Amino acid sequence: MTHWIVLPVILPALLAPFIVLAARYHIGIQRVFSVGGIIAQIIIAAGLAWQTSDGTVLLYQLGDWAAPFGIVLVGDQLSTLMVLLTAVLAVFVLLYAIGSGWDTRGRHFHALFQFQVMGIMGAFLTGDLFNLFVFFEVLLIASYGLMIHSGGNLRLRAGVQYVLFNLIGSTLFLFALGAIYAQTGTLNMADLAQRVALITPEDTVGIRLAAVLLLLVFAIKAAVVPLHFWLPSSYAEAPAPVAALFAIMTKVGAYAIIRVYTLVFGPDVAVTDGLHSVWLLPAALVSLSIGMIGVLAARKLDRLVTFSVIGSMGMVMVTISMFTPDSITAALYYIVHSTLAAAALFLITDMARAGRANLDLTAQPTISGAALTSAMFFVAAIAMTGLPPLSGFLGKLMILQAGFDTPRAVWIWSVILISSLISIIGFSRAGAVLFWKAKSIEPSETDAPEDMIAPPSALSYVAVGGLITLLVAHTALAGPAYRYFERTSAQLFAPAAYLSTVIETPGKLSTASDKKKEEY
Amino acid sequence: MGLELLVASAIGILTAAGMYLVLRLRTFPVIMGISLLTYAVNVFLFASGRLSVSAPPILTDATVYADPLPQALVLTAIVISFGMTAVVVMIALGAYLGGDDDRVNDPIADNDASAEGRP
Repeated sequence: MTHWIVLPVILPALLAPFIVLAARYHIGIQRVFSVGGIIAQIIIAAGLAWQTSDGTVLLYQLGDWAAPFGIVLVGDQLSTLMVLLTAVLAVFVLLYAIGSGWDTRGRHFHALFQFQVMGIMGAFLTGDLFNLFVFFEVLLIASYGLMIHSGGNLRLRAGVQYVLFNLIGSTLFLFALGAIYAQTGTLNMADLAQRVALITPEDTVGIRLAAVLLLLVFAIKAAVVPLHFWLPSSYAEAPAPVAALFAIMTKVGAYAIIRVYTLVFGPDVAVTDGLHSVWLLPAALVSLSIGMIGVLAARKLDRLVTFSVIGSMGMVMVTISMFTPDSITAALYYIVHSTLAAAALFLITDMARAGRANLDLTAQPTISGAALTSAMFFVAAIAMTGLPPLSGFLGKLMILQAGFDTPRAVWIWSVILISSLISIIGFSRAGAVLFWKAKSIEPSETDAPEDMIAPPSALSYVAVGGLITLLVAHTALAGPAYRYFERTSAQLFAPAAYLSTVIETPGKLSTASDKKKEEY
Repeated sequence: MGLELLVASAIGILTAAGMYLVLRLRTFPVIMGISLLTYAVNVFLFASGRLSVSAPPILTDATVYADPLPQALVLTAIVISFGMTAVVVMIALGAYLGGDDDRVNDPIADNDASAEGRP
């Protein structure tokens, strides 16, 4: 049994209290440990991804208790991919937070950031549904703190909405877990997968209820219409680096849907038949449309970016809801792409604040450092709207291809293509007003306070540049990436290895080792 | 039978009252509603291991035993929901003291760009 897999959770869990207790008044030490911790995470995550790349499933039994009784952490290709993505995103977000000084505008930024990373990593790695709930709460409670970092009335107000919405989501999650436990007597995902398949057709009320409730909970996290109302104001009011980190949080919802609805309520399980095709697909198409219409209708740059996040989540959900190996492959490619693109856009939005009184999409004098910022906005917008040559285009191509054979292909194709056009118009209008029309306006002395005029620091540009470089790499290496995601999705649709690893690995209380003892 | 009816109706009434309060406009009733919902879900989780009277919560030679796992789950859920409620009270209090207004929806000032277009 390898112990490496527990480190992405343990490391931030140890670093965060250390930062709070020992380095409380020393921002320099906090920064060093925070960045060091995240870089260590990248190395560990890369190692885990490399270990699982040949199809092995890593298992960690906490306290050496065997699977249905103890909590397990499971690393397969999907989990380790998401862990790696989180770690890579976190390092650039952290660099931006340091470069822009966001981490000094309130207390405990780095500690909360580490706790947030811990929750996200745990949610990706756990193999137990109740443990998934606990890690959701860990990442949420850290995100509440980060969300209202550096205060301000609007931010607190948006924070209240965000917290309330998520508390209701958590309550729903508990109801779902109670229903699952009452019906099956287990919450371990692998064990659950085996027991759900055994339920007789006349006895499915509880488990169907639970499946729908779980889908609702994950849809809240993934901001699928009509459960998206928390997202625009909270992401727009959150500090920019926090919003950029939150780009992975919506993907936690997408990950949970992929995991639970391939493993537990798989495509061949009759009780949840029709849940995706009848309910999830239309909701996803609507959220794609609403998101892109919101991009066109937004009057502020930060709102525009949040609606593009809703749109891209809609795109991911459309792809997931087809639930074929091809569509999951495309969804994974698009998840990586849209996480990086959304994070870059949130950071660029913050850069565009330099020298502007607000982020309204009206012509105002040129912002400081406009040339580089506008170039980055241009590239990130191309990626987000899915224009060639960047990865958004390739991702969209894969999604269209995956949707070609499905019965609702007409709907999928038309909504994706039309909403892409709308988002291109929205983004080009925003870019033109922000960076182009600004040239025709004379700068006035009183427009912005003195300290706002300073251009973004070099480190900020490095952070955003890094994200954009990753997007370019994701495009250039699309072939190998696609083949990797193909193997990932094949592993998801053939869960035998996952199940046997979790259930049959011996530990304390395990039935397999009991039998061995009896033989001796 | 009486026990089941009592527990089920308690969960139902708590959930209904909680849902009603959650849909209110101000933070105080909404937080009260969320508290009621968490009480409801705690009782629900507790009941998910089947209701049994005077049975040991441990697997012994006795044929009847109470399932200990939901009790552990409830304990976790209680601690988490208690902490979360404390957090939301603090944030809501901050928003109220800062804005002199405890409505849950977005303030008008936030939408000033769109408000200008209205008559």
